[in-house]
Amino acid sequence: MYGNDFSAPGDAPDDTPGAGLLGEVEAAEAELRAAAARQRRGGPAPDEDLAAYFTEVVDAEQKIEPRDWMPEAYRRTLIRQIAQHAHSEIIGMQPEGNWISRAPSLKRKAILLAKVQDEAGHGLYLYAAAETLGISRDELVQLLLDGRQKYSSIFNYPTLTWADVGAIGWLVDGAAIVNQVPLCRCSYGPYARAMIRVCKEESFHQRQGYEILHTLAHGTPEQQAMAQDAVDRWWYPSLAMFGPPDGDSTHSAQSMAWKIKRFSNDDLRQRFVDMCVQQAEVLGLRIPDDDLRWNEERQAYDYSQPDYDELMQVIKGNGPCNRERMAHRRAAHADGAWVREAAAAYAAKRADKREKVAA
Amino acid sequence: MSNEHSPLWEVFVRARRGLSHTHVGSLHAPDAELALRNARDLYTRRQEGVSIWVVPAGSITASSPDEKDAFFDPAADKVYRHPTFYEVPDGVAHL
Repeated sequence: MYGNDFSAPGDAPDDTPGAGLLGEVEAAEAELRAAAARQRRGGPAPDEDLAAYFTEVVDAEQKIEPRDWMPEAYRRTLIRQIAQHAHSEIIGMQPEGNWISRAPSLKRKAILLAKVQDEAGHGLYLYAAAETLGISRDELVQLLLDGRQKYSSIFNYPTLTWADVGAIGWLVDGAAIVNQVPLCRCSYGPYARAMIRVCKEESFHQRQGYEILHTLAHGTPEQQAMAQDAVDRWWYPSLAMFGPPDGDSTHSAQSMAWKIKRFSNDDLRQRFVDMCVQQAEVLGLRIPDDDLRWNEERQAYDYSQPDYDELMQVIKGNGPCNRERMAHRRAAHADGAWVREAAAAYAAKRADKREKVAA
Repeated sequence: MSNEHSPLWEVFVRARRGLSHTHVGSLHAPDAELALRNARDLYTRRQEGVSIWVVPAGSITASSPDEKDAFFDPAADKVYRHPTFYEVPDGVAHL
């Protein structure tokens, strides 16, 4: 399945939620290999204009690699985007980590632990991809701790009940996948490769969330109510994850030309809504939007927009949990200092010993 | 995770017996032993490998893409290195 080839709601549903997206990730991976196979040119000729060469490579759907020449703005844009993506994965461990000790069974606890560990892993793949652009890990970590780089605003909402863990998996990870699948085709090689890895793992996250909600929604009336309440609270913040409407989006046009970004915010948001409607029906839960209805003419659902003023407030630091999330991250970084120092001291001591033996 | 105390390592994983090690990404670690353990946790959480190599990134010498054409040019005019260069007369078997 390629690019805009989204299935219409009338089509036969996939066997499981997310199956279509996973197919797209595999298609992106196959395309990555195909692009590498049809590469005809190595580097630019000695007297060739580097900017023209860069454009030619990008236009030919080939990947830019770390040591290639690239426009400074391309480098800066990628560093910002990949770093903020990495920070989001790291901060994203907190809302769900909140429920590890209170998971309702050992099975759920083991799964949630694995999921939160994956988020850490995703953060590390992405930091590593950002570092290929010539910024150090220390700088990246410091940019987050100083609040000079942002993370996804969604993680500034609290997880009030166990059902929130389900809603995060289904809606938040679902929205993240819709956002991220096109990034598997990003023109920057290390980012594209990291995203393929992330998306494959993210698919497990979405399904585990969906399963939690499905179990609750088919449980006692109290459990049903808890599941519905979680969906009610997470729906609009999840829609806001796609960013401001296209008219107000500042970075879009250039990123599209550079093939960092493939679809507009509104296109991706629409796609997410269209996917969720059928999935909500199977859950037996209601999407909290009175104006949600199928539009025959557009072959898509009409839906209510999220509150973008609220989004801007949360981005500016005034969400329900902004201060808590940053305080926790700074404390974790400070509390871990002795571990980093001890490991470094141990490594230095052993290197010293080896040198003495060699001498 | 200080860069001088915790340098960058490149990670190579052998997915299955019979395949070569393939570069999968990088990570920071203070020494080789911890780099291996971190690599296991980061790159083989889903049984993606049966063997891992870690190499200090600073120890890798790479060719520069800027001089790629010139650097690899010597191979370009030696088509006779490929078996397809040769004309095989009709009717010859096992060649």
